[in-house]
Amino acid sequence: MTKASDLASSYELVVIGGGPAGLAAAALAARAGLSTVLFDENPGVGGQIYRAITSSPVKDRAVLGEDYWTGAELAVEAKASGALIVTGATVWSLDPTRLVGISIAGQARLIQADRVIVATGSLERPFPIPGWTLPGVMSAGGAQTALKAQGLVPSGRTVLAGGGPLLWLLAAQILRAGGKLDAILDTTPRVNWLRALAHLPDFVLSPYFSKGLKLLREVRAKVRVIRTDRVEAVGDDRLREVVFGTGDGERRMPADLLLLHQGVVPNVNLAIAAGVTHAWNERQLCFEPVLDGDFTSSVPGIAIAGDGAGIAGGTAAAERGRIAAIAAVRALKPAASAPDVQIIRQKLRREEMGRAFLDWLNRPADSFRQPTGDTIVCRCEEVTARQVRDTADMGCEGPNQMKAFLRCGMGPCQGRLCGLTVTELIAAQRGTTPVEVGYYRLRPPVKPITLAELASLPIAEAERKAVER
Amino acid sequence: MFKRLAEAGASVAITVDGKQVAARAGDTVAAALIAAGIAHCRTTPVSGAPRAPYCLMGVCFECLVTIDGVGSRQGCLVPVRDGMAVETQTGKREAGR
Repeated sequence: MTKASDLASSYELVVIGGGPAGLAAAALAARAGLSTVLFDENPGVGGQIYRAITSSPVKDRAVLGEDYWTGAELAVEAKASGALIVTGATVWSLDPTRLVGISIAGQARLIQADRVIVATGSLERPFPIPGWTLPGVMSAGGAQTALKAQGLVPSGRTVLAGGGPLLWLLAAQILRAGGKLDAILDTTPRVNWLRALAHLPDFVLSPYFSKGLKLLREVRAKVRVIRTDRVEAVGDDRLREVVFGTGDGERRMPADLLLLHQGVVPNVNLAIAAGVTHAWNERQLCFEPVLDGDFTSSVPGIAIAGDGAGIAGGTAAAERGRIAAIAAVRALKPAASAPDVQIIRQKLRREEMGRAFLDWLNRPADSFRQPTGDTIVCRCEEVTARQVRDTADMGCEGPNQMKAFLRCGMGPCQGRLCGLTVTELIAAQRGTTPVEVGYYRLRPPVKPITLAELASLPIAEAERKAVER
Repeated sequence: MFKRLAEAGASVAITVDGKQVAARAGDTVAAALIAAGIAHCRTTPVSGAPRAPYCLMGVCFECLVTIDGVGSRQGCLVPVRDGMAVETQTGKREAGR
């Protein structure tokens, strides 16, 4: 186990996040001769898509599927490359001078980097429905993590609700693992097909087409799929039933577990705190960093690879990581040999081909992104949709002013689960756009650290003298 | 809510609010709570409502628990260890502690 005190004070490349983008970037850069360290806050590498790839107790490869197991190669490559890989390491700060604040087992350090590749990936889009804070309601990604990392399979009455590729993949994985699903509530609006259809030819040519069809067939053969435009979790101290709208009214279904998912969005907290310029993506309905062809951001020396650069999936993430790493090698060691970037760009284009179709087809309905009434928007501070809408009506123009009124986004999750909802609600209420409304201003520490961790930072004699009197 | 596949690893003994809970090597604290069928891990500071792990990937902060005396740790990021003492948190009551 690497300790904070084992780290050098500077590295040529610091990679933040050990999913496909981070692993591929670290492997390529270290092999080309850059002193490289990769930090990941989880107990092992793999990120979310290849979660627990080196330790999963799920030994029957068919359960998680071959696409999952391809991640093992990335982990092996990164380990063999000479890059220092540190897990259980939380990056809580990154500034425009590329000073990286890191905490490992209660000890903090500040590490200087010549280049930084932020590979912090994505998180699930908020799914603010009535009752989504009840115990017994989880994100589908959470259930998938429990399956990959601990071999936990839902038991009891289980309902999946939402849409998007991950929902169907999780359904298939649960079924293959011997789990039972009572129903899938498909919340994807049928009208999405109108926008998606134009992109169907590209999707047919993409690797996702045949995989997607097979998955849908596999799941639909075993589980009832019900289309709905309204889902509610109902219970007192925990989930008791799922209520959903049908064409002619509503139905109630007793349930122990409700798993929610409506796509993923970039995890922007660290990049925004580092000062990276972000822009609104109207197709994917989220903020994403503004990047050049090498995934370099508006802050010199900081690149963002993987789904954090905009959602494109796990295989694209690895190619993006490699492109960002090649740019780092070119900048720091121009004479070093690196793979041909054009070949990687071609692979990336192929991976990204089907994305427009998937995005338009799975675009969540307004009603599932912009809640009303007593539905909780900010889970941490328990702020409701009505409060946010009323405050916008009063004249509050943006999410940062909204904090002063309601404390939304100021709890421990630092807006990760409400940021997009608050922005969209303010925009809807004031008849403007998310671009105009903007996002939460985020500052370090982007993850909470204790005073003891801060106090553990090594202090130079000059720094101590500067504050002594 | 969840059951373990037969393949799960060696057992690790932790306590949750003083009671023995059989966790497994490779569990995080949050996963061990879910596997043990513990319905909620904390109550909120605002209304006192019960909460349970939601995302299991370090972003939602719903799985905050006290681990070996340190409060508000993200249970989903901390691997279990033999002898670990986990306490659920009561938000409102602990606000003045």
